[in-house]
Amino acid sequence: MTRKLNLRIWRGDSTDGGLKDVVVDVNEGEVVLDVIHRVQATQMGDLAVRWNCKAGKCGSCSMEINGKPRLACMTQVASFDEDETITITPLRAFPIIKDLVTDVSFNYKKAMEIPAYEHPTDLAPGAARMEQVDVERSQEFRKCIECFLCQNTCHVIRDHEENKKSFAGPRFFIRIAELDMHPLDRIKNRKRTAQEEHGLGMCNITKCCTEVCPEHIKITDNAIIPMKERVVDIKYDPARMFSGLLRREKRD
Amino acid sequence: MSQNLTKLKYDVVIVGAGGAGLRAAVEAREAGLRVAIICKSLFGKAHTVMAEGGAAASMGNANSNDNWMVHFRDTMRGGKFLNHYRMAELHAKESPDRIWELEMWGALFDRTKEGKISQRNFGGHEYPRLAHVGDRTGLELIRTMQQKIVALQQKDGRETGDMEANLKVYAEFTVTDILKENGKVAGVYGYWRENGDEILFEAPAVVIATGGVGKAFKITSNSWEGTGDGHALALKAGANLKDMEFLQFHPTGMVWPPSVRGILVTESVRGEGGVLTNNLGERFMFKYIPDVFKDKYATTEEEADRWYTDQDNNRRPPELLPRDEVARAINSEVKAGRGTEHGGVFLDVSKRLSAEVIKKRLPSMWHQFYELAGVDITKEPMEVGPTCHYVMGGVDVEPDTAAAIGVPGLFAAGEVAGGMHGSNRLGGNSLSDLLVFGRRAGAAAADYAKANGANPVSDATIAKAADRIEAPFKNEGGENAYSLHAELQEVTHNLVGIIRTGDEIKEAIAKIADIRARSQKVSVAGNRQFNPGFHLAFDLDNMLLVAESTAKSAILREESRGGHTRDDFPGMSNTWRQVNHISSFNGSEVTVTPRALPAIPKELFDLFDIHELEKYMTPEEIAKGGSN
Repeated sequence: MTRKLNLRIWRGDSTDGGLKDVVVDVNEGEVVLDVIHRVQATQMGDLAVRWNCKAGKCGSCSMEINGKPRLACMTQVASFDEDETITITPLRAFPIIKDLVTDVSFNYKKAMEIPAYEHPTDLAPGAARMEQVDVERSQEFRKCIECFLCQNTCHVIRDHEENKKSFAGPRFFIRIAELDMHPLDRIKNRKRTAQEEHGLGMCNITKCCTEVCPEHIKITDNAIIPMKERVVDIKYDPARMFSGLLRREKRD
Repeated sequence: MSQNLTKLKYDVVIVGAGGAGLRAAVEAREAGLRVAIICKSLFGKAHTVMAEGGAAASMGNANSNDNWMVHFRDTMRGGKFLNHYRMAELHAKESPDRIWELEMWGALFDRTKEGKISQRNFGGHEYPRLAHVGDRTGLELIRTMQQKIVALQQKDGRETGDMEANLKVYAEFTVTDILKENGKVAGVYGYWRENGDEILFEAPAVVIATGGVGKAFKITSNSWEGTGDGHALALKAGANLKDMEFLQFHPTGMVWPPSVRGILVTESVRGEGGVLTNNLGERFMFKYIPDVFKDKYATTEEEADRWYTDQDNNRRPPELLPRDEVARAINSEVKAGRGTEHGGVFLDVSKRLSAEVIKKRLPSMWHQFYELAGVDITKEPMEVGPTCHYVMGGVDVEPDTAAAIGVPGLFAAGEVAGGMHGSNRLGGNSLSDLLVFGRRAGAAAADYAKANGANPVSDATIAKAADRIEAPFKNEGGENAYSLHAELQEVTHNLVGIIRTGDEIKEAIAKIADIRARSQKVSVAGNRQFNPGFHLAFDLDNMLLVAESTAKSAILREESRGGHTRDDFPGMSNTWRQVNHISSFNGSEVTVTPRALPAIPKELFDLFDIHELEKYMTPEEIAKGGSN
C-alpha cells in the first residue's frame, strides 16, 4: 500500500529560508506527522519539528498545511488527492526559530498577564460543592490543548505585529471566560479587564479561531460574544454610570 | 568549553515539567527558595497531558466505604506485593489531600449529584476512586499546576517587580549531566534546543521528574520524550535503579492503522462498561482470572453485567482485572489465532452506553478513533492490543523524602522513581503518585538546600560536561541515530517485551551491548540549532542504559510477576517476592544485584486477610506476622 508522496517543506531560520521539494513514502492510514518523521529519519536528519503525543492531545505539532493551520498528527494524508503536493510551512503569526518550529513565547507571556484563580478563603479542602452543569461551562474552555492555532489564525495579530502588545488573543479570552464562569473564583472584574487590558474589543468576531480549534471549542460563541455582551451591558448601564459603580467594581 | 556558556544559580532545580516536577516546584517555591523548572518540550506539553482516566484517591465520594486502607490494599495487590510498603502507604493516605488541593488551585473535576468530586471505577480498585474530568484528567492536572506556577510567579512579581525572579521555567532544554562535587549534587548541565547554547545550573538540590522509558520500545503509548533521561542521569550520577524488569504493557492501545499503533485507549472505556471479545465473539476475560483474584471477580457475564448497577451484591467484571492480567490475556488470545484482522481484540462500549453518554464520558476516545482510525465507537467496536505504557522500575529512593539513595542532593519523583507500584501499577495511581511524591520531593529538596547551601561546580567538571555535548559533531561517518534507535526498539520489542524467555533475554543483552558500542560513534548532520538528530544522540544513550538495566534485571528474575512475564518460569514465586533488583552503573556497564525487599510492618500486615497474604508470602513470613 506504500506510495510516493510529494511534499514541499519550508526550511530555514530567522534569517533566510524557502520551500524544499521532497519525495517520501507514505502508507495507508498515515498522518502528515508520520511522513515528516520519515523525511527526518531518512533524508533530513536535522529537520526541526515540534511534536509530543501524536494523538491530538498536547497541541505541539501545530503548523500550516496547504496554508491551513492544522495539527500535523491529526491531518490524514488520505484527505488530500493522491497526486496533490502537500505544502508544509511554519505558523505564520510567530517568529521563525528553524524550519517548522516557531517562537511561541508570546503566548506564555500573555498567560502570565492574566490574574490567576483565587479560591474562596473560607472553604476547607474538600468542602467545595459545585453542580456538574455549572462546571461544564468552564470545562469546555479547559479542554484547550494550547496548540495556539487560534492565535496563529487570528487576523488581529496574524497580519499586525503591532497589535500583539495590547491583544491577548482567543486562547486567552477563553482562559478569562473560564475563570469568569468558574463557580468559585473570587475575582469579579474579569470581563472588564478582558476589554480594558487584554484587547477583547479588537476582536470583530470573524470566528476564524473557532474554525481552526482542534478541540472544537466554541471560542467565539461561548466565550468571546458573551463577554462582549456583558461588557456592553456594564458599560452602558445607566444606573452604574450614575453611581460610578463601574469604577468601583473591583474585588468583592 | 562552550564560548556561550551561561551560568545560573538556583536553590533547587527541577528536571522535568510533568505533574511530579511541577508539584515539586510549587512545594520548593512555597518553602521560600529560588527554583528553576527545566522542560524537555514546551511548558504544559509533558506526558502527564496524555493521562486520561483519572487520579486515584480514597475520598469516598462515590462509595463511603472507601478509605486509605482499602486503597493501600488494592495498590499492594496490584503490584503483587513487591511495592515498597511505605510508599504505598504514604500514597494511599495523602492522595485525597493532593486532589482537594488541586481544586483549591482552580481545577474543575467532574461532580457527583451532591456536588462533590465524582469518582469512577478502574481496574484493580475496589471502589469507584478516580477523580476525573471526562477522559482528559491529565490535561486538567498539568494545566492546573501550570497555572499555579503562574500564580506563584505573579505573587513574586507583585513583591519583587520581576515575575521570574524566584521561579522560572526553562522550556525546550536538554539536560546532559547531573554534576557533583565532593560526592554531592552541585547542579545540572545541558543545552537549549533552540540554539544549542550551553547552560550550567548551579544548585545544591536537584529533583528529577522525567517520566518514563517507553520510547525504548517499538509499540508504546509514550511520546518522544519518554526516553529514560532521568533514569540514565541518575545512574550516571551514582544512584541506583530498582526493579527495572517491570514494564507495564497497557492492555489497550490502538492497533490500526499502523501509524497510530500503540496510542493509548483509556482504561475508562472498560470502567464505563466496555467489554473485550475475540474474533469468535467470546467475552474471553472470564477464562483468565488468576487464582489470587478468584473470589473478587464475577465468573458469569450476568453477574458482571449486574455489577455496573449494583456493586454491593455483585463481583466486578474481569475486564477490570489489573493491567498485567488483561494485557497477557489479550496477548494469548491473539497468539491462539482468535485476534482481529490487525492483530488485536475487540473492545466495545457501544452496546452498553448511548452515543450521547459515550461522547460525554469518553470524548477524546471518540475523537481519537473517529479522526485517526475512521471508527465511530458509539456504533462499532475498537480494535486494541497491548502497548508499552509505564515503567514500574526507577530510581531507588527513600520513601518519605524521595531522596535518591547514595547521592546527597538528588531527589526523584513520579514515574522515574521506583518502588511505589511494585511489579504492576494500577490505573489512576500514577496521577496521584506524582502529586504525593512530587510534593514530598519538592519539600525534601528545599530542606536539603536550606541545610547544605551552594556546592560550587569546578571548571574541570564543566569542561567534561561540555566535551560530551560536542562529541556527536566530531564523529565523522558514524552511524545514524535514527536507525540505531529503530534497531534498539526491534530488540526490546522482540526479546524483552511482554513475554520473555531466558535465551531471548541473553540475546537482547548481547545486542544492546553491540548497539551501545556503535552508538558511541553516532554522527550528526547539521548544526546545533533545534536539531532533532542531535537530541536523539543523547536520548539514545539514555534509552540504551535503560534497556540494559531492564534486560539484565529480567534475566535474573526467574518467575512471572506483574510486568515481567517469563515463558520459561510462568509461575509467581513467593521467595522471589522478597527480592528487589538493584541496577548500578560503573561508567561502562550496568550491574544488577539482588537486595532484600523491606518486610511489611505489623500494622500494615494486619490490614490483610491472612489467607490472602499466604498467596504471596512464604510460611516463614506469615509466621512472623510483619516486621515488628
